[in-house]
Amino acid sequence: MAAGILTVTDSTFDESIGSAATPVLVDFWAEWCGPCKMIAPVLEEIAKDQADRVTIVKLNVDENPDIARRFDVMSIPTLLLFKDGEVVHRTVGAKGKNQLLAELDAYL
Amino acid sequence: MTPHDVLIIGSGPAGLTAAIYAARANLNPLVIEGEISSTSDQPGGQLMLTTEVENFPGFEHGVQGPELMTTMRAQAARFGAEFVTAKATRVDLSDRPFGVWIENDEYRAKGLIVSTGARSLMLGLEEERRLIGHGVSTCATCDGFFFRGQEIAVVGGGDSALEEATFLTKFASKVTLVHRRDQLRASKIMQDRARANPKIEFAWNKRVVNLNGTDNLQGAVLEDTITGEQSDLDVTGLFVAIGHVPNTDLFKGQLALDDQGYIVTGPGTRTDVDGVFACGDVQDHTYRQAITAAGSGCMAAIDVERWLEAHH
Repeated sequence: MAAGILTVTDSTFDESIGSAATPVLVDFWAEWCGPCKMIAPVLEEIAKDQADRVTIVKLNVDENPDIARRFDVMSIPTLLLFKDGEVVHRTVGAKGKNQLLAELDAYL
Repeated sequence: MTPHDVLIIGSGPAGLTAAIYAARANLNPLVIEGEISSTSDQPGGQLMLTTEVENFPGFEHGVQGPELMTTMRAQAARFGAEFVTAKATRVDLSDRPFGVWIENDEYRAKGLIVSTGARSLMLGLEEERRLIGHGVSTCATCDGFFFRGQEIAVVGGGDSALEEATFLTKFASKVTLVHRRDQLRASKIMQDRARANPKIEFAWNKRVVNLNGTDNLQGAVLEDTITGEQSDLDVTGLFVAIGHVPNTDLFKGQLALDDQGYIVTGPGTRTDVDGVFACGDVQDHTYRQAITAAGSGCMAAIDVERWLEAHH
């Protein structure tokens, strides 16, 4: 599985989530959000370290309002973890790597 | 374990300015910069959640808060300051060199600079925590976008509240500023700007006593601070800017604090423990500006340098 974070959009979201072999963590972010920028390197690290356990994708809420609205995202960063196409965990706000991994661990 | 000459806890304008000065004095400062979060209590401090900073000297046309802090951090790093992205969990100021822990990781330092700043107060309502991310926000710059065309409220009466209210009118159709008194403590320029903004309304002498909504915020219950009368405010977003508390839990019982919990300093940035210096909002409830924090950070670095020369 390739390490790194792919970008998804309103039009590619469903296919990307549906076709993934691992749980998928979606990072709802935007350019103007300071805390989103702070977690970007944390997510890069997790994507690299945990490539066999989780796929991380990012969705720019500014450019893709439909998916953000569908999942009722009203605050960023919001991270949604999908397993078999369903949301199994939601986390709002920036967090450090250890805290984030501890939260996600139960679902991976 | 070789002790650091200088360890700095906190990385807002005070901590980073101290780091720049200490690094340039070849004191190899280590900065424990805090843990990533979406609150004002994070690396870079309160400015990480602001937009335009118009009053920091040297920026004729203003500068974005996060950009200012990112640049300050890079400037400190250029002179050799090192950073640990985590929160200090314990200190021992009775021992020499001083002990600082991040969970089980131990750090030792001859001189210590405390610049842990202050964090935003929340309302303390039961519903508030549950509705964070569902209408209640700790970050106007992050979340204003989601309230396009909606009616929202900002709670507070200081500069931060008015800045947020003014910023949020870019998105919201109406912003109600809820304030527990009938006058604002914000600066004149911020007041004039808010009062001139047709999208901002003021709810005077009101405090928020409850929040409605199960999945998402659907309104706030206000109580008149004079008559005690309650009223509903139909809003889908609520931003809280009611003031700050100093981040001094770590130092309780070890450093002298005033009755509001701020570290007592003087002369200069000295605390009551020889070799420990404090700067920025953690010891200042009067000025609380980026520039005064930076200025006191510079003072702390000079104070610690002279103290090290005299004692080591």
